[in-house]
Amino acid sequence: MKVIKEKHTLLMRWTHWVNFPILTIMIWSGLLIYWANDTYTFTLFGVTFIRFFPQGFYDALHIPRRLAEGMAFHFLFMWFFALNGFLYVSYTIISGQWRELVPNRYSFKEAWLVILHDLHIRKMAPPQNKYNAAQRIAYTAIIVMGFGSLITGLAIYKPVQLNYLVWLCGGYHLARIWHFVLTIGYVLFFLVHVVQVVLAGWNNFRSVISGFEVIDEKPQPAIQIQNDETNEKAE
Amino acid sequence: MKNHNPLFKFKTMKLTKKLNKVFSKNKGPKKELTVERKISRRNFISFGSFLVLGGAAYGGWRWLYTSPNEVPGITGDAHKPLRAVLNANEKVVRQLYSNKNLVKTYPKEMAAKVVRHNSDIGSDGLIDVDNWKLSVKKQNGELLNIGIDEIKKLPKTEIIYDFKCVEGWDQISHWGGVKFSDFIAHFKLDAEARFEYVGMETPDREYYVGVDMPSAMHPQTLLAYEVNEKPLPPKHGAPLRLIIPVKYGIKNLKRIGIITFSNSRPRDYWAEQGYDYYAGL
Repeated sequence: MKVIKEKHTLLMRWTHWVNFPILTIMIWSGLLIYWANDTYTFTLFGVTFIRFFPQGFYDALHIPRRLAEGMAFHFLFMWFFALNGFLYVSYTIISGQWRELVPNRYSFKEAWLVILHDLHIRKMAPPQNKYNAAQRIAYTAIIVMGFGSLITGLAIYKPVQLNYLVWLCGGYHLARIWHFVLTIGYVLFFLVHVVQVVLAGWNNFRSVISGFEVIDEKPQPAIQIQNDETNEKAE
Repeated sequence: MKNHNPLFKFKTMKLTKKLNKVFSKNKGPKKELTVERKISRRNFISFGSFLVLGGAAYGGWRWLYTSPNEVPGITGDAHKPLRAVLNANEKVVRQLYSNKNLVKTYPKEMAAKVVRHNSDIGSDGLIDVDNWKLSVKKQNGELLNIGIDEIKKLPKTEIIYDFKCVEGWDQISHWGGVKFSDFIAHFKLDAEARFEYVGMETPDREYYVGVDMPSAMHPQTLLAYEVNEKPLPPKHGAPLRLIIPVKYGIKNLKRIGIITFSNSRPRDYWAEQGYDYYAGL
C-alpha cells in the first residue's frame, strides 16, 4: 500500500533551491573578479598540477576584462546569499531540525559504512532517519563552508573596518585564498551531490520539491487482528 | 505521516480549499481523497510552483543581466540597477567607517624593495619637479600654489602597510609624506575640510579621483613624497602622490596637480568605468 511520508519542510526546499542560482551567480561573478589577478595554482612538491585557470576556460565562459561588472554583481548577490543562509540556519536551529542534520557521535563511523555501501563494497547500509551519516557530515560541512565564505568575504570586502575578521582569517592574503578554496569546495560538492541524487532516484529527488516521499508500507497490525478473528471463527 | 511544518500545512490547506472550490461545483458530497490522488495533487502543486518560481527567477535574472547601463556622468558603465546597489552598499559600509579603525602596519624589513606599479595614466614620462606646483582651489576662489620644498618642511609621517589593488593583489610598501590632515591644518583649509569630498587630478588632468572627506582626513592618509625612504621616482608619481590606505589603489592618485573641494562627488576616473565610487576598505 502506498503511503505519503513527509520528508523536507517547505523552508528547507525553498532555501535549497534559492541557494542554487545565487551560488551559481556568486561563483560566476567571483570568477570575473578572480581573473584580474589569477595567481593561484595547485602545486605539490614543486609540480604544478592545476593553474587556476587556463585561458581556454576563461574564453569559453567570457570571463576576461569584466572585473568591475563582476564586483557589481558579487556585491548585490552577497546579500541574498547571506539572507538565504541566515533563514535556513535560524530555521533549522529553532525548529529543532538540526538534530536530523548535525553529525552525532556515531556519524563518523557510520559514514564510512555508508561510503562502502555506496561503492558497492558492503551490502548493508546503517539504518538512518532523514539523512544518513555521510549526508549529515556533508550537509553540515557545506553550511559551515557557507559561513566561512561569508566571513572571508567580509574580510576581503572591508579589510580595514572589519580588521578583526581579517585577523581571524590569518590575514588579507590568506582570507582571499580561503575564499577561493571554499568556492572550489562548492564545485566539488556539487559534482558529488548531483551524482548521488541521480543514483538515489526519483522519489528522493521529488521530496526536495514536493516535500514527501511515497513508500510502500507493509500491512499494519489492524490486519493482523483481522487474521486473529478469522482464526477464532475457524476454531 | 503528519506534516510538522505549520507554514506548509497552511499553504496546502489554502490551495486545496481553492482547488476544491473550483472542482466541486457540479459534484456531490466531497469524498476523502485516495492516496494516489493526494500524491498527484501535491505533485502538481509543488512542481507547478517550482516551475513558475523558477521561470520568474530566470526572468528576473535576464532583466538584470540585460538592464541598460546608467547614463554616463560622475559614475558610468555599470548596469543601472547594479550602480544603485553599489551606492546603497556605500551607505551601509559608511556606517562601519571610523577614523579609529587603523590599517595594520608592518616592520620596515617587510616592505617590498621593488614596489609594484600598475598604471601611468596621467603620470607617464618625466616631470620637472622644480617647476611643479600643487594647486589648491580654495572656497573663496583663491588659488594656493605650493612647491614640493614647502610640503617637505611639514611634519613627516611614514607608513608601512599592505597596499591593496582592486585587481586583487596586495603588497607591503613603505611610504613617507605629510598627513593630509596636517596639510589641511597647516594651510588653514579648515573651511574646505568641511566639504564632503576632495577631488584630486594629475597636472594634465588625465587621471582624477574623488575621495569622501572622512577617508581623506583619516590619520593614515598621506600626501606622500617618498617610497622606501627615497624621493618618489616618476613612475610612482613624483613629486607628490596620494597614499590612502582606507581605499583601493585606484584612488591613490600619482603626481597630484590640483586639489579641489566640493559637496558633490568630484569626477573619478574608474567610477566612470563601472567601478564603485566609494572603493573603501
